Amino acid sequence: MAGISVVLPSVLQPLAGGQPLLTAPADSAVTVEGVLDLVTGEYPALSRRLRDETGAVRRYVNIYVNGNEIRRLQGLATEVSPGQEVLIIQSVAGG
Amino acid sequence: MATAESYVLAIGTKKGLWLATSPDRKDWSVTGPHFLMSEVPSVGIDTRDGRTRILVGVRSEHWGPTVFHSDDLGETWNEPEQGAIRFPEGTEAALERVWQIHPDAESRPGVVWAGCEPISVWKSTDGGEHFELNRGLWDHPHRGEWGAGYGGAAAHSIVIDPSGEKVHVAMSTGGVYRSLDGGSSWEPRNKGISAYFMPDPNPEFGQCVHKIAADAAVDGRLYAQNHHGVYRSDDDADNWESIAEGLPADFGFVMLTHPRRAGTAWVIPLKADGERIPPEGKLAVHRTDDAGASWKRLDDGLPRAEYNSVLRDAACVDSAEPAGVYFGTRGGSVYASADEGEHFAEVASHLPDVLCVRAASVSQAFIPASGLPGAAVNA
Repeated sequence: MAGISVVLPSVLQPLAGGQPLLTAPADSAVTVEGVLDLVTGEYPALSRRLRDETGAVRRYVNIYVNGNEIRRLQGLATEVSPGQEVLIIQSVAGG
Repeated sequence: MATAESYVLAIGTKKGLWLATSPDRKDWSVTGPHFLMSEVPSVGIDTRDGRTRILVGVRSEHWGPTVFHSDDLGETWNEPEQGAIRFPEGTEAALERVWQIHPDAESRPGVVWAGCEPISVWKSTDGGEHFELNRGLWDHPHRGEWGAGYGGAAAHSIVIDPSGEKVHVAMSTGGVYRSLDGGSSWEPRNKGISAYFMPDPNPEFGQCVHKIAADAAVDGRLYAQNHHGVYRSDDDADNWESIAEGLPADFGFVMLTHPRRAGTAWVIPLKADGERIPPEGKLAVHRTDDAGASWKRLDDGLPRAEYNSVLRDAACVDSAEPAGVYFGTRGGSVYASADEGEHFAEVASHLPDVLCVRAASVSQAFIPASGLPGAAVNA
């Protein structure tokens, strides 16, 4: 199974047992929402950093699929194929 | 043998938490930051049950809000995996910010209340590790008409009477609400408090109350600092009357009451809604010892010129005798008084905007000989 890689920013890695990359098992396309569910299931504190209680991606969390931010695609419904990478980066914000 | 006491002051700022300790409330050692780059709008120090637990509302601009607690004065921090405060399914709401963490009375160890944005009240019975949403207030029919103040829409003051049955909550904006059944049902209690910014300046609710506090020794007596207006109620908030006469301004955010003595309260006036600076740029605390009939200006030890404001939770008292008074400014200065405000000394300066402070006396045995964790900060 090729799986889908999720790359975490360094600041979130402690919430995933120190791992820089999590892999969602998948042998066919999965939505970003499904990928996040798969990789954060064991790490609820990580999950809460990315999405709020309603399931919405936090405002200053950016999620990229093949270099494209999902808000410019189909949001959490954006499909990711096995072998593709999901990149999580905090936006440039704050003062 | 009596245990030596020390004092802990927690300082929540726009960019993290600092902790200070002092053997005498005059000389302070300040360390930090904890949670650097996250704002800390609320902190509670719970000294019940033979331990000192610091509860911290933390909010990252990127990663959202959460609650941490430490039982070793910041050496380690714990965060419940699923989150201490989490809106239940069906509410279609998400926690934005924890504005208030309030340990309940000595007689109810383990009970901790929280006031949050969006406007909500929460109660924990396990020392603040898990909170339950107060459904009576969440489902209140007025909810749709409550608004947001400049800082957001939140429940920011929670006052519980000794019985635990009578609870007052203040929210911005919505005003004061009272429950007589421990929080099951709520009614607005704002008669006499002006809402000059609304078409009807005397509505049943909708007031922008900035802070309320209960008199320590007179049952049914409350004080309120409003968005213009300083008030007292002697009947559990059924009626409010102005006690602003004698103050240089009736605007401000802070309202503190004495831990034991009747009639004593403190405010920190700001000039006006449109000019949120100390009147004439001169920072001063004002104290009443007669329930608002008169006020005494207290500025010994404070800077001659100060143009920063003091936010609603950036001030507190401790429970010592005489009571200590503490506050921090949006300019990052923190001041402490060991004598009820007669004299102040600077605890820290040049911190980020101070959002909240809380102080408590703890056993000296809890303070590591090497000091608290984190880098030392000089005042």
